[in-house]
Amino acid sequence: MYNSEVRGRLITGDKSLGQISREIIAPIHAKTPVWWYFAVLVGLIMFGIGGYSIFLTLTKGIGMWGVNNTVAWGWAIINFVWWIGIGHAGTAFSIFLLILRQKWRTAINRAAEAMTVVAVFCASLFPLMHMGRPWLFFYIFPYPNTRGPLWVNFNSPLFWDFVAISAYLLISASFWYFGMLPDFATIRDTAKSKIKKTVYGIFAFGWTGSSREWLRFEGLSFVLGGIAAVLVVSVHSIVSTDFAVSVEVGWHTTIFPPYFVVGAIFSGFAMVLTLVVIMRGLYKMNDFITDSHIDAVCRVLIFISLIMGTAYLTEIFMAWYSGSQYEIYMFFHNRLTGEYAFQFWAMFVSNAVIPQLFWFKGMRRRMWVVFVISIIINIGMWFERFNIVVTSLSRDYLPSTWASYSPTWVEIGFFVGTLGMFITGVLLFFRFVPMIAISELKSVAKFDKQRNENLKHNDHE
Amino acid sequence: MKLKEEHEKHAVTLYPEVEYKGHHWGMAVDLSSCTGCGNCSVSCQAENNIQVIGKEQVRNRRIMHWIRIDRYFSSDAENPEVFHQPVMCQHCDNAPCENVCPVSATPHSDEGLNQMAYNRCVGTKYCVNNCPYKVRRFNWFQYVQNDEFDFASNSDLGRMVLNPDVTVRSRGVVEKCSFCVQRIQEKKIKAKVEGRLLEDQEIQTACVQSCPANALVFGDMNNPESKISKYMKNERNYHLLEELHTLPSVGYLTKVRNKKA
Repeated sequence: MYNSEVRGRLITGDKSLGQISREIIAPIHAKTPVWWYFAVLVGLIMFGIGGYSIFLTLTKGIGMWGVNNTVAWGWAIINFVWWIGIGHAGTAFSIFLLILRQKWRTAINRAAEAMTVVAVFCASLFPLMHMGRPWLFFYIFPYPNTRGPLWVNFNSPLFWDFVAISAYLLISASFWYFGMLPDFATIRDTAKSKIKKTVYGIFAFGWTGSSREWLRFEGLSFVLGGIAAVLVVSVHSIVSTDFAVSVEVGWHTTIFPPYFVVGAIFSGFAMVLTLVVIMRGLYKMNDFITDSHIDAVCRVLIFISLIMGTAYLTEIFMAWYSGSQYEIYMFFHNRLTGEYAFQFWAMFVSNAVIPQLFWFKGMRRRMWVVFVISIIINIGMWFERFNIVVTSLSRDYLPSTWASYSPTWVEIGFFVGTLGMFITGVLLFFRFVPMIAISELKSVAKFDKQRNENLKHNDHE
Repeated sequence: MKLKEEHEKHAVTLYPEVEYKGHHWGMAVDLSSCTGCGNCSVSCQAENNIQVIGKEQVRNRRIMHWIRIDRYFSSDAENPEVFHQPVMCQHCDNAPCENVCPVSATPHSDEGLNQMAYNRCVGTKYCVNNCPYKVRRFNWFQYVQNDEFDFASNSDLGRMVLNPDVTVRSRGVVEKCSFCVQRIQEKKIKAKVEGRLLEDQEIQTACVQSCPANALVFGDMNNPESKISKYMKNERNYHLLEELHTLPSVGYLTKVRNKKA
């Protein structure tokens, strides 16, 4: 019988179960490397720039940004959608690949989930800070109050957005955290210093590893996973309604919800790839995150990239097919050739064309190529959001109100700040949390061994 | 007229049409009379405490005028014919700005006014984006009592010109034409105290009052005898971006040029 080897071995180097735990926990027990301090310093400096930008925005007003009466949403909303998109990968990874029974996810899902939580935190800063009066942000909560009571507007996509994102943050953070309990217990049991033992002991919630606890653990993962699976689809659909519900040219379109969800997963997978390549390089995790893992993510990216290309072409086709002079102007004169044509083509090439290089095995094998393409996708997805937010607003119905938009350094600084926050968050994760889900990986180790024994058996025949 | 009929044919809606039982305020602009002098903008600024923001912010496309004058040019580029169109909040009965506000800061009154509750506004600016006429104005900075904006509202004397009937807006809130709601209320109360009905043309918004060409008309569209109702029934009347089905309360009487054939 012919057995096709779609994936290579999930864990290379014939490791025992104990060895797996030891090797993954090693960076936590080892001395902190010098580069880590440097990287954290860079992250904190960037965060500081962001902090100062936020300070200026808060004390003087949003006038510090480049936005105006025509383009009232600028970098803040672009970055918000971008971060939320990246924050999609963790849960998409864990849930969709679990449903599809992709065992290779076990080596990557922890990092992806950590990234999700940090990215969603970064994202949530933007809607808050882009409010004219952020100190009154609580007006958006539907709570009984003494002002009438004055209720929120349930018709507004911004309210749906608020509900969707807070739910997503809550669920993805708990999914990530509860998944770590057995691993925290492993660290607690192997730690030598008393402080470490106590701290990780508290985080492990007194995990002992009894069968009853595993049963509860599995039950909880099942429930949280079920909720998260729905949220992965709903959150970005709802983010897309921020645009799709409006009457703006280029926003008012029904393709947006699926297009946004796919785009979000695309950017999230690309960010996972960036992160995992760095992780492999820095912590020598090649035995757990093998070339075949990277290969699998690259193949997924080819597919999603094709969907993105289809979506872009569908949008252009529909603009022409609608016969609406505004839509035709928006796409053919404004996006494809107008003032922001560079952003459009940057988006198109980086999202729909360049990832097609992954068709070649040689490209998927070369880590630097994979790394560069993953960064290009991240940038391309940023341009996609720019394209949506800015081009539509800058030239809509009445020519008298047309205006251009370019960001000020305060807006850019705010974005740099969230990048710093992301870098710092990820570094803290590398340093203090087992970056691969040990307990889940062990379940795969067993599976992997059996399968190999079968293969050996076949060879003898 | 043909265009209008076609729009009406396409204007299908799931929702019941709102009925305005009392007044239904509306405005009409006779574009044949408008000369584009800008008196309406200036008088509105004086009436409604619209802040002066300085050259730099105007250059940044952050004007605060509640009524602006759009210009359209036609025929010869060297010696064009100019068409002036004052554009203020259209007080749409099917307003795109209203349903997108997460905190309901811009509701519709039962007299057809699109209102702004400044105290409730948190400044998400979604309404600014979603207005196809782009008539909503955002307070990007604190323009009153701020040394960086050293104009009229930065001194005690300068602030004496502020209209006590109108709120002075703080930074971070959206504002726009209110159809001079303070004047509407004043006249309504006066009529109520005197125990009579409001007369047509009794309420005059600042722009209507100051228009030297009498191009602007304001009144109750529910009163069939009023001047505004006659303007709205005029065959020259059209609405701006009618095809979006925003149902504006502002009508424009198309410009008629007397040209040699």
